[in-house]
Amino acid sequence: MNTILEKQVLSDVTKLMVVEAPQVARKAKAGQFIIVLMHDQGERIPLTIADYDGAAGTITIIFQEVGKSTIQMGAMKVGDSFRDIVGPLGHPTEIENYGEIICVGGGVGIAPVYPIARALKEAGNHVISIIGARTKDLLLWEDKMRAVSDELIVTTDDGSHGRKDLVTVPLKEILDSRPGKIKKIWAIGPAIMMKFVAGTTKPYRVPTVVSLNTIMIDGTGMCGGCRVVLEDGAQFVCVDGPEFDAHKVDWNNLLSRLSFYRPEEQLAVERHKDHECKLDRAIANGVR
Amino acid sequence: MAQLTQKERMKIPRQEMPVQAPEDRVQNFDEVALGYTLELAKLEAERCIQCKEPHCMEGCPVEVRIPEFIQAVRDGDMAEAVRIMKSKNNLPAICGRVCPQEVQCESRCILGKKGEPVAIGRIERFVGDYELANKTLEMSRGAATGKKVAVIGSGPAGITCAADLARIGHEVTIFESLHTPGGVLVYGIPEFRLPKESVIRAEIETAAKALSIRILTDYIIGRTLTIDELQAEYDAIFLGTGAGLPMFMRIPGINLNGVMSANEFLTRCNLMKGYRFPEFDTPVKVGKRVAVIGAGNVAMDAARSSLRLQSLAAARNGNKAEAGEVHIVYRRSSAEVPARLEEVHHAKEEGVIFDFLTNPVEILGDDKNAVRAMRCIRMELGEPDQSGRRSPVAIKGSEFDMEVDQVIFALGTSPNPLVFSNAEGLERTKWGTVVADSEFGRTTVKGIWAGGDVVTGAATVISAMGAGKRAAADIDKYLKGEINW
Repeated sequence: MNTILEKQVLSDVTKLMVVEAPQVARKAKAGQFIIVLMHDQGERIPLTIADYDGAAGTITIIFQEVGKSTIQMGAMKVGDSFRDIVGPLGHPTEIENYGEIICVGGGVGIAPVYPIARALKEAGNHVISIIGARTKDLLLWEDKMRAVSDELIVTTDDGSHGRKDLVTVPLKEILDSRPGKIKKIWAIGPAIMMKFVAGTTKPYRVPTVVSLNTIMIDGTGMCGGCRVVLEDGAQFVCVDGPEFDAHKVDWNNLLSRLSFYRPEEQLAVERHKDHECKLDRAIANGVR
Repeated sequence: MAQLTQKERMKIPRQEMPVQAPEDRVQNFDEVALGYTLELAKLEAERCIQCKEPHCMEGCPVEVRIPEFIQAVRDGDMAEAVRIMKSKNNLPAICGRVCPQEVQCESRCILGKKGEPVAIGRIERFVGDYELANKTLEMSRGAATGKKVAVIGSGPAGITCAADLARIGHEVTIFESLHTPGGVLVYGIPEFRLPKESVIRAEIETAAKALSIRILTDYIIGRTLTIDELQAEYDAIFLGTGAGLPMFMRIPGINLNGVMSANEFLTRCNLMKGYRFPEFDTPVKVGKRVAVIGAGNVAMDAARSSLRLQSLAAARNGNKAEAGEVHIVYRRSSAEVPARLEEVHHAKEEGVIFDFLTNPVEILGDDKNAVRAMRCIRMELGEPDQSGRRSPVAIKGSEFDMEVDQVIFALGTSPNPLVFSNAEGLERTKWGTVVADSEFGRTTVKGIWAGGDVVTGAATVISAMGAGKRAAADIDKYLKGEINW
C-alpha cells in the first residue's frame, strides 16, 4: 500500500511520483488534494493531485523540496512506501463548458493546473494556458500542457525559456485583446503569483479561481489552521476549498499566515542537513 | 487483611493517588496521576461496604458491576476483577482516567453522604492498568454470525460499539479518518492525562486483535467512501464521528498569527507529538503570554499543555525563570466553570491564572499581523438563562487590553458535516447533530445508528461509550431479525 511505483526528477528540487493509492484514485477528481505522512515521526503534508488513474489505482504527485519533510520525501525511491495517504480531500473543480477560459500555472503549480485544463478541454472549452517559472529548470509538463491546450504561452522570469515575463503580462494582453471573450480563469502557483493574478484580472471582472495550499493538519475541518479570510468571513481551505474566488481572498493575511511557522521550518531544515552531513562524513570514514 | 467490620471500613480514609508534584510535572508531558499500587487499591477497596442495593451502578452509563469488581480487588483476585470489569467495559484503563466519576458512580456512593465516596474511578484504572500489564483475560469472540457492520469513527463511541458487536460474532470494520485510531482520545486529550502508547494504543489494539475487528485508518467517510456505498456492503452502520469542528468567536482579529482553535493546538501536541519537535516534524507554537478562551475540559487541557510547552522552551533556552504566563479567560464566574473539578484543581496547582467574568471583544495585532493584545470587557452575572446558569452581561465601559501573544479558542465543537455527503435521508438538527433516538441511537435511515458527540454535541467519553453500547445491543437485535424498524 502507498508504494512509489515511478519517480521522475523534474528539476533539482522538483520531483514527480506515481504512487499506488487505489482508494484515493477511484474517487479523485481534478482540483482535489491528498495528505501524506511519510513515517511515524512525520508531519501530515497536503499535496494537490496532479493526475490520477482510477483503473490502475494510482495517483501522481509533484512537489518541490522546500522544507525538511519535502527534502526527505524527495529522497524516497521507487519501492518505498508512505506510511499514510488519505483523500481525496476538498471539493473538485467545477467543470463545465464555459467557452473560452485561461489556465495559469506557476512553478510547481503547473502540476495541479494540468488535470483541470485537461478536464476543461474534455468538456469542450477553448483552453488557453499560461505556464511560467523562475527559470527553465523549474518549468515542468510543457508537453502535457500543450496537449490539453488550444493555445499555450510559456514564460520564465529570467528569459531562459519562452517569454521573459511574469505570467501576469501575457494574461493582461489576452484580457485586453479579447474583451469580454474570456469567461473564467484558473490560477495555481505560489501565493504571491496568485495574488498578482487576482489583481490583474479583477478590473476586467473575469471570474478567477485560485487553489490555495495553506498550513493544515487533518484536512477534514478539524483544526481550522487552514482558515482563509474572504470578503464575507473566514472559511476553511480543506473543506470549503481548496478553490476560492481569487477576488475575495485577503491575500496579505494569507501570505502572513503562510509564514507563521517559518522559523520552525528553517530549524528543521538546518537540523536535517546537519544530520545528513554527519551521516555523509561517517560513511566517508568507512562507518557502515 | 482480616475481615473488617462496617465501622472499621468507614474509618479508612479515601486513598489519594500518587501524582507528580506540580513543579515537576509542568516540565514534562508524562502522566500526572501515577495510579494506585496494589496495596493502595486493596486498601481503597476495603472501604466499600458492599451495599445490598448499590446505587453506584445506576450512575454508570455502561453498567459496570462496581461492587463485584471492588470485592475481587479486595480479595486480591485481579483476574476476576478484570473479568467482571470487561464483561461491561472493554476500556477500563481509559475510563478510569477520563470518566467524570464525581458526577457518575461516585456521586451515588452511600459513603459520600457522610464522608468521601469510594474512589471507584481510581480502582477501575488500577484494574485496567493491571490487565494491560498482565494480560490475564482471553477475550473471546462468539461464533461468526455472517453479518457485517461498518463503524464510522474509532473514538469512544465507535470502539465500544465495535467491541460489543464483535464479541457477539458480527464482522466489524471500523473506518477512521486520521492515521491513528482513538479519535478524541488521541487528538484531543493530552498525553499527561491519557498516555497514547501505553494506554490507548494498547487497550484498542488488544480489543481489536482479540475480537478480529478490522480498523481501516485514512478512510474519510464522505470522501474516500460514502455512506451509500457502505449501505450497499454492510448489514448495519454505526456513526460515531464525534464533534470535531472548532468554533471561533465572531470578533475582529481571529485570523491574526497566534490565534488558533484548541483543536489545532491540541492536535499538534497530542496526535502529531509537536511537543517533541524537531524530533517529530510537526511544530507547535507557544507564546510567552497565552490566553485560553473558555473553561471546559478542553480549555484546561490547552492551558496545561501551554504551561508545559513554555517550561520546555524556557529550559531549552536556559532561562527557567522566564517561562511565561497562561490565562483562562471565561465570561462567567468560577461557579459556572464546566470543566471537571479535578482538572481545574490541577490547572491551578500548576500555575494557570483564571480571569473570570471577562470576555474578549477584539484581538489586536502588530505590524507583522501577529497577536499583541486582546481587548476584553468585564462581565457581571444577570438572570439565569435557558441552561439554568446565570447569564453574563457586559459592564459598559469596562474594556481593557490584556497583553498576550497567543489566543487559543476552546469554545466547544460541533459535528463534522463531511460524513453526510451521499447520505440521503439522514436528518440533522440545526446544530448539525444527527437526529437519533436517545434509547437506541436509531437515526432516520433504517440500518444506520449514531451515538456519542455526533448526536449530543460535545459531551463526555463515557456518555459516548454508553451510547455505543446501547446501539450495539440494538444493532444485534436488528441483525437477528428481532426488531421491526
